[in-house]
Amino acid sequence: MDRDKLVSLYRQMLLIRVFEDKSAEMYARAKIGGFLHLYNGQEAIAVGALSALRPDDDLVTHYRDHGYALARGISARAVMAELFGRETGTTGGRGGSMHLADVSKRFWGGYAIVGGHLPLAAGLAYAAQHHKTGRVVFCVMGDGSTNIGTFHAALNWAQLWRLPVIFTVENNQYAMGTVIDNHSAVTEIYRKACAYDMHAEQVDGNDVLAVHEAVCRLAERARNGEGPALLEAVTFRHRGHSMADADVQRPRSQVAEWKERDPIPAFAEVLLERKLATPQDLEQIARDVEAEVEDAVAFADASAEPARETLYEGIYAEAVSNMQIDGSLIGPPTLGPMIIKNGMGRHG
Amino acid sequence: MAEITYREALKRALREEMTRDPNVVIWGEDIVAYGGGGAYGVTAGLAKEFPGRVRDVPIAEEAIVGVGLGAAMGGIRPVCELMTINFALVAWDQIVNHVAKQHHMFNRQIQAPMVIRSPAGWGRTASTHSQTFENWLASIPGLKVVYPSTPYDAKGLLKASIRDNDPVFFIEHLALYGTKGEVPDEEYVLPIGVSEVKRPGRHLTVVTWGRMLVETMKAARTLEVEGIELEVIDLRTLRPLDLAPALESIRKTNRAIVVEEGFRTVGLGAEIAASIQEMAFNDLDAPIARVAGLEVPMPYARNLERATIPFAEDVIAAVRRMMEKKY
Repeated sequence: MDRDKLVSLYRQMLLIRVFEDKSAEMYARAKIGGFLHLYNGQEAIAVGALSALRPDDDLVTHYRDHGYALARGISARAVMAELFGRETGTTGGRGGSMHLADVSKRFWGGYAIVGGHLPLAAGLAYAAQHHKTGRVVFCVMGDGSTNIGTFHAALNWAQLWRLPVIFTVENNQYAMGTVIDNHSAVTEIYRKACAYDMHAEQVDGNDVLAVHEAVCRLAERARNGEGPALLEAVTFRHRGHSMADADVQRPRSQVAEWKERDPIPAFAEVLLERKLATPQDLEQIARDVEAEVEDAVAFADASAEPARETLYEGIYAEAVSNMQIDGSLIGPPTLGPMIIKNGMGRHG
Repeated sequence: MAEITYREALKRALREEMTRDPNVVIWGEDIVAYGGGGAYGVTAGLAKEFPGRVRDVPIAEEAIVGVGLGAAMGGIRPVCELMTINFALVAWDQIVNHVAKQHHMFNRQIQAPMVIRSPAGWGRTASTHSQTFENWLASIPGLKVVYPSTPYDAKGLLKASIRDNDPVFFIEHLALYGTKGEVPDEEYVLPIGVSEVKRPGRHLTVVTWGRMLVETMKAARTLEVEGIELEVIDLRTLRPLDLAPALESIRKTNRAIVVEEGFRTVGLGAEIAASIQEMAFNDLDAPIARVAGLEVPMPYARNLERATIPFAEDVIAAVRRMMEKKY
């Protein structure tokens, strides 16, 4: 990687960090509702991995997906607007934080049922194999996902059909609040791949360059028809599972120890040591990303909520008439504006 | 026009669509090697005709549906076969949380043009292998649910389902696979979401679908001899639900019975009866009656199994009660 690309990795990681901190603030101010899972501490994985892939490689993620959306090049404006539930968000306020997506960038979405997206990733890899596109599917999950049935069903199928997919586990050592020793019989997650005779590697998830190199290797293997792989990236969350988590179950000493291994200052050291950036460069980047995130908040706040009359749009690819949808047998459900009476939708 | 079986009609639909569109693939448990073409023989011979596009897959229903969905997102048109509808429970998360929600939740960025084929039915198979879940499936926004009762409908609606840009859960019935009916040699496609009058009559409207259409038609032939004419409506699609022909019929007959094979409580019949009385209350001369399966886990013993399932005689008894105003 050249100097500009290396510096851009730093910028992306810092953008994610500042974005996440601002999201927490907006959540506290009730601008964001529901579940909000922040990526603080794990930024090196999304940034290292996506910088190793082609922009048209397929991306499928878990619900801790803000970092992946930003690293894929989706604007902070569109992501923040989605968190705010506005029409300018990535899914127009339909999916929210856990379901960001931009199919034009082949980001097929964040998924919120633990492990539910793994078969979808295998299926996208089948499509790539069938159509001989040369694309690789990057699928990311947490350590808690590796105990559920779809993990085993998807890995078995992917290896059986030699599908071009990289299953990446962000092992942050807690499944929600349950420590890995209490949720997985095998705590070195990469070893689970041996059950399917699948190639597997473990990498320091707090080292952006190590992640980048690992994903480069695995993507090349998959593109060469050598099949899928399981990559375990060992890392740690700086915050609780979600904004609803008071984070009382993790020992303070463990949290403090991992904050010492923060991937962002660590990579800043690398850039400074190799004289790829000056302290002034890094300060400028910090000012830039702060401004970008402030702009995203202003944009989201100024954006309209999705219009009430669009409520039924998109349930089906083509609008269908269904008395169960709107109580009318006549015409598709999107024909006219909705009039709300006693909570029941009727077309006016 | 030749008489062919429901099974053969399905196979012809699959063959025609695979010939038309190279992106159509068929995946299922034991659909290639086992018994020369599947537990119920629908796909027999297709693997040879379409090498690489008809594949045996692991017994992992959550993956059959989930991998199928991912493939559909990537431009494939998978027909995923679940050996029986009971096994759909293993894939329920994929069906409800993923297949049905993709298009809406991602704000129209993702389509899921896939078909999940699966037979309902029974036959001394006890409680875990004798179920039907069309009432659950028909309650899920984003999903289309098709349940043909004749070879003609099976062929035309399976072709439509494969071409549809939305996910379709296509329910078949073990007791229907061997039934015969006329199917034209020339190609045709039937619309999803359109119910049909299968038999005209003056005295009483029966709304039904799937295997219960066969039992209802038997009942209609028996009652005709007594001078009672049933008008029989076959829903064919359970979501979106087209009740227009049923409402039109009730305007004439003023009486309605809903016949279903599944459980009565929270059955689809309850939804249909409620909707009819909302929209046609003034047309009704009698309360809407329901004929349904008895609410017990299906027993293995022959006599007990038969006692839980509705047959023509149950339809006849319900019609007589209504005609004699015993309600």
